[in-house]
Amino acid sequence: MSTNPATAPDRDAPLPIDGRDEKAFGFWIYLMSDAIIFALLFATYVVLSGNTAGGPGGKELFDLSRAFGETMLLLASSATFGFATMAMIARDRNGVLMWLAVTFLLGVGFLAMEIGEFRGMIDEGAGPDRSGFLSAFFTLVGTHGVHVTTGLVCIVVMGAQVMTKGLTNPVASRLYRLGLFWHFLDIVWIGIFSVVYLPGVLDG
Amino acid sequence: MLGKLTIEALPLYSWVAMGGAAVTVLGTLAVMAVITWFGLWGYLWREWFTSVDHKRIGIMYIVLALIMLLRGFVDAIMMRAQQAFAFDSEGYLPADHFDQIFSSHGTIMIFFVAMPFMSGLMNIVVPQQIGTRDVSFPYVNSLSLWLTAAGAALVMVSLVIGKFSTAGWTAYPPYSGINYSPGVGVDYWVFAVLISGIGSTMTGINFVATIIKRRAPGMTLMRMPLFTWTVLCSSVLIVFAFPGLTVAVGLLELDRLFGMHFFTNGDGGNMMMFANLIWIWGHPEVYILVLPAFGVFSHVVSTFSGKKLFGYKSLVYATAAIGILSFTVWLHHFFTMGSSANVNAFFGIMTMIIAVPTGVKVFDWLFTMYRGRIVFHSSMLWTLGFMATFVIGGMSGVLLALPPVDYLMHNTTFLVAHFHNMIIPGVLFGYLAGLQFWFPKAFGFRLNEQWGKRAFWCWIIGFCLAFMPLYVLGLLGMPRRMEHYNVAEWQPHLIIAAVGAVVILLGIGCMLVQLLVSIKERNQTRDLTGDPWLGRTLEWATSSPPPPYNFAVLPDVKERDPFHDMKERGVAYERPKKYEDIYLPKNSAVGMVVGAFAFLLGFAMVWHIWWAAIACAVVILITLIVLSGNDDNEYCLTAKEVEKIENERYRDLAKGLRPASTASAELVPGAPLQGSVS
Repeated sequence: MSTNPATAPDRDAPLPIDGRDEKAFGFWIYLMSDAIIFALLFATYVVLSGNTAGGPGGKELFDLSRAFGETMLLLASSATFGFATMAMIARDRNGVLMWLAVTFLLGVGFLAMEIGEFRGMIDEGAGPDRSGFLSAFFTLVGTHGVHVTTGLVCIVVMGAQVMTKGLTNPVASRLYRLGLFWHFLDIVWIGIFSVVYLPGVLDG
Repeated sequence: MLGKLTIEALPLYSWVAMGGAAVTVLGTLAVMAVITWFGLWGYLWREWFTSVDHKRIGIMYIVLALIMLLRGFVDAIMMRAQQAFAFDSEGYLPADHFDQIFSSHGTIMIFFVAMPFMSGLMNIVVPQQIGTRDVSFPYVNSLSLWLTAAGAALVMVSLVIGKFSTAGWTAYPPYSGINYSPGVGVDYWVFAVLISGIGSTMTGINFVATIIKRRAPGMTLMRMPLFTWTVLCSSVLIVFAFPGLTVAVGLLELDRLFGMHFFTNGDGGNMMMFANLIWIWGHPEVYILVLPAFGVFSHVVSTFSGKKLFGYKSLVYATAAIGILSFTVWLHHFFTMGSSANVNAFFGIMTMIIAVPTGVKVFDWLFTMYRGRIVFHSSMLWTLGFMATFVIGGMSGVLLALPPVDYLMHNTTFLVAHFHNMIIPGVLFGYLAGLQFWFPKAFGFRLNEQWGKRAFWCWIIGFCLAFMPLYVLGLLGMPRRMEHYNVAEWQPHLIIAAVGAVVILLGIGCMLVQLLVSIKERNQTRDLTGDPWLGRTLEWATSSPPPPYNFAVLPDVKERDPFHDMKERGVAYERPKKYEDIYLPKNSAVGMVVGAFAFLLGFAMVWHIWWAAIACAVVILITLIVLSGNDDNEYCLTAKEVEKIENERYRDLAKGLRPASTASAELVPGAPLQGSVS
């Protein structure tokens, strides 16, 4: 096997974690495309949010303190992912693994809270098949949840790659893109908190 | 165990349906038998199916498109035959079957003919035009191809197992909801469209990154060839529009699978939301398809007029303007659905405005030809045919853009005539011109001109016969998608339209003959120079077919028509002082494996075979995880190997550039070939 000198690892060269890097650029375009998916789901939610069809509305269903808890977990996980990236720049392999683990746990915590919320609503008879409003709610928030789950799988995969391969250039580049993805999910969540939970609690 | 799948799913309900199923199954078996007979499986697997070379992926896309064109055309001619006969009678097709046919015709022609044809041309041409060795993400590229093929396979399987959707190619609810369409047809449509749509989205992302990041040194944005410009705009549109399709059909499927209420009649559903979502994708989609065809026309016109393109900048700005405006017109697809007059007026005016940059382009092409030395090559014929007929379709579009007129015309065959008048000349003629134009680049020999011209004349005459009567029928008030009717004065027009379809069939026959004849006489029509038409852009600087790395040394771009400029300066065929090692992506089965399991996943979802769906999803996930950890994905062509390939190229060039024996010299009498072999 011969290695392309252009992509071979070089401990002194800067890590390929620049937004102008070709792979990162492609990933940004993917994120923009994914953002459109969320934008359309938000639009659908706004259109359908009043259509409760005689069923419960946001005021009865949403628990702001739970949503606040989820928000805190997810925001904290974004911060810890940031620490993992800083550890990566410092080429501190154990630091990367530790912060990835913390991020993973916070993400799992977020997901557990979300699943608990969904289960509670379904048990109350307010599942996604109850009304247009609830279909839109479950799909928008659930799509975000599926993204978080994908992110968690990727964190595990990247943790394994850091352990087996070390912080090589390709691994660092992938970890950087995973970070972009994770922070992106945070931004989407801010949108969900502001468009779904806050108005839902305010005017039901 | 097998969900909803039972023996009932076989198409035993009509002879015609059984015939379709038999042709599909026997055709597949025949192709497989031929491959086995010649012992080609290993070759196909190694050199094609697992290839991540953009040129091979492009060729496979076009093969897929041409096969699906045959299927889509069979649908078309069956509809024309039914309507020609079905005055005051049932015709030969039961209503349910007729509905499946118009639904699959539209779905196939847009998603599995036009899209893969476009992706194919993009793949073959763009990296060469911008002077690079591959796309930004070669593995994603292979994945896109196989996801598109998986979607196409789902549509084909619906012929044999179960039925296809009867809800038209846009599947409006509530009809496409579970209450009115309880069968598997709509599910087939959803998963075919969803899976191939994800492939298209990834193609869009790939080509934006490739064009922005991989241009040869010196190729500034305003020096990019026009085809590359149109592909860039089209790719940006894909990235922003295809999520609309994903969301629309995804939510429809959630309604169907889990009893949700996005688009249902009651329980808080809003079916207008579907119309909005799907046309937020659907209208940009028209421009996604047509912009690259405009790119092809620009190259054909300038090459075969022997002139540089007139108004390059205006063409670029017109392309970008169309791209932006295409997101502001979607509501004209449903003027009659009760929006307020002001909303309708806004979208009507925007629709008229978008015709302006398109008109600018037509004038640019006309001025390019003006005082040019026009060679009537068959790709030029497709271009001229496009200009003559597309303008008619454009005018009927501006007419339909007036909401009051649309109230009269909507859902009539006038509309059918209009959009076929845009898509056949605008899109299909463009891609066929591209096929004629770039075929020698992809395969190393030219297509037979005589049969190419025959195909063109059959197509354009057939097109006019088939669709001009539909304008008249629309004005006579005939609704689209009628299985039978009782208005005597419609029938003559429908018979003319059916005759038109037969003439188009002759055109398709000519295309097939052309292919066979061209392959047979390939030794006489070899393109030794790599530049059979005196081309102006960088794809003609490579050999035909190009080596896996396209360019041994990346070209240095100094002008807008870089290759023409190099020939003028006499440096086009200069030998580099030394060669370097070249790293290229290794072949990979990942794309095909994921495509195959995506197909099975779709099939399992259609028939509610949940365990199989989960298993397929897990296999796809594991495959992608394994791919993500593969760092050893490049192989090296050493400088020596490159030199060997290039030496052969220069031997061919020395043969090819003798003016007496070149193709180009025959084509343009007296035109000396520029450049010299050093």
